[in-house]
Amino acid sequence: MRTAFVQTLIEEAERDGRIWLLTGDLGFSVLEPFIERFPGRFVNAGVAEQNMMGVAAGLALSGKIVFIYSIANFPTLRCLEQIRNDVCGHKLSVKIVTVGGGFSYGSHGYSHHGIEDIAVMRILPGLEIAVPADAAEARVLTRVFARTDGPSYLRLGRGREPAVHNSEPALPRGIPAPVKPGSGIALLAAGPVLGNCVKAAEGVNASGLDPAVYSMPWIKPMDADAVAAIAGRHEWLLTVEEATAAGGLGGAVAEILSGLPQPHARLKRLGTPDQILAGSQDQDSSRAIVGIGASELISAMLTLSKHTPPKTPKPADGPKRPCA
Amino acid sequence: MRLADRVRADALRMVARAGASHIGSSLSAVDILSVLYGGEILRVDPANPGRPDRDRLIFSKGHAAAACYAVLAESGFFPTSLLDSYCRNGSPLCGHVTSKGVPGVELSTGSLGHGLPVGCGMALAAARENKPWRVFVLMSDGECDEGSNWEAALFAGHHKLDNLTAIIDCNALQGMGEVKDILDLEPLADKWRSFRWAVREIDGHDHALIRDTLNALPVEKGKPSMILARTVKGKGVGFMENKLEWHYKSPDAAQLKQALDEVEKNTRNMR
Repeated sequence: MRTAFVQTLIEEAERDGRIWLLTGDLGFSVLEPFIERFPGRFVNAGVAEQNMMGVAAGLALSGKIVFIYSIANFPTLRCLEQIRNDVCGHKLSVKIVTVGGGFSYGSHGYSHHGIEDIAVMRILPGLEIAVPADAAEARVLTRVFARTDGPSYLRLGRGREPAVHNSEPALPRGIPAPVKPGSGIALLAAGPVLGNCVKAAEGVNASGLDPAVYSMPWIKPMDADAVAAIAGRHEWLLTVEEATAAGGLGGAVAEILSGLPQPHARLKRLGTPDQILAGSQDQDSSRAIVGIGASELISAMLTLSKHTPPKTPKPADGPKRPCA
Repeated sequence: MRLADRVRADALRMVARAGASHIGSSLSAVDILSVLYGGEILRVDPANPGRPDRDRLIFSKGHAAAACYAVLAESGFFPTSLLDSYCRNGSPLCGHVTSKGVPGVELSTGSLGHGLPVGCGMALAAARENKPWRVFVLMSDGECDEGSNWEAALFAGHHKLDNLTAIIDCNALQGMGEVKDILDLEPLADKWRSFRWAVREIDGHDHALIRDTLNALPVEKGKPSMILARTVKGKGVGFMENKLEWHYKSPDAAQLKQALDEVEKNTRNMR
């Protein structure tokens, strides 16, 4: 996914001379092709993210479109006030790119778990947020952000993510991308963890379940009508993200559902809990522990299916059920 | 009245009318600002504030908003009548320097330590593309506590941004007391020199000296310039000078009259 991002960025920078790239001293063996091609439009700002974000703002105020690259929470949490006051506060064309969202750097430890970013970035005004699931989505979204004015956040995996799409998907702004049709349960996933959802959706067939799967690369904007439509067609929405279960993709979907006047699917949000993982865990192990590995998703769906209200009404003297 | 006296008077009236804070911080910056906007230093065009090749000044010391807005208005960027709306509901003139709707302001500030990094970005853009415009950043000494400034200091020194000039309004007071008692910055000049900046220390109220110094930029080719302007908080109003409480207090009607009278008297004495 990193390679897809850099290749697309180079194409866009060929097209648009305003595009610059900044890094916080990261990107070894990744960014070299851009650096070689456009040395005058590249800056390694060193391990100094607050200054880097300020420099990005200054460049953007001088007419540049600035991509800013780092890993995990470094280009976000470390310089959050600069993003808020300087970038968002002035609606600047700064495109924040992080590599290693979620547990991509799992065994590096808690400092390198980029899991709060989606929730935190979501509440900054005017900041568009995209979380591609595979290299194809990364290409599309890099292009979109390169050609859009204003602040953007692109959260990438690390590499070697399984391809979800056979060809480049359209990914209109804010719209969930259908990956697999189905009924009953709809899995809504943001990012490479979508691969686990596709596996799990297959894995539950044997138990008689046929869930739909959607990729949710657009966290913000998120089209409420599109989400409501999915919620109208299923009994359960299961959001899956390699990020906090609170406040990220699941939070955004919950906010939409809570405002709907009509009956809709119930919601189960899967993601990281309010806890720090103990010990060194690689990405697959971390995902399993927090419940977003393929096996764990299968178990979750089987549990949900036991709580699905029956399609036909119960007899009058049966136990009351809460509204769906 | 000289520009500086008009700016002092405006700032006092604005702060009193709005019941706002930070008059002491504004008054210490007035002379620096007046020389910058006096027509000889900053290459700016009030009739065309967005002119691409203009010099950029960032008011990183955003709490000195009264002085900043006043000097812009007195320089013709917008009508001085707008100053009456400072901090009033619906006014573009917020309590800390705001760029939206205010011609002449390059960046909204208010949280310290943001201006110098942004200035570095602007200076880098000009340097890489051989553009003629210069970048100035007005800071406070208390602001130097913020680590982001030192990241920017490393950056500017490393990249030899000699189109960048930072001016620190060193009035020796900050939020809860004297700078030297909270986080002593001295030796401040040495610090900036060690970050590869060229430094001048001047009296921040001596117009001729300020002018001569800013007419001789960069201080040293190949290095960003740091002007440490030693000032007096509340300068120009005797009962406010060097008093911490005038970081916070707003002058009442009697104090305003006394202050304005003193500014008027100083003007007459200058002639």
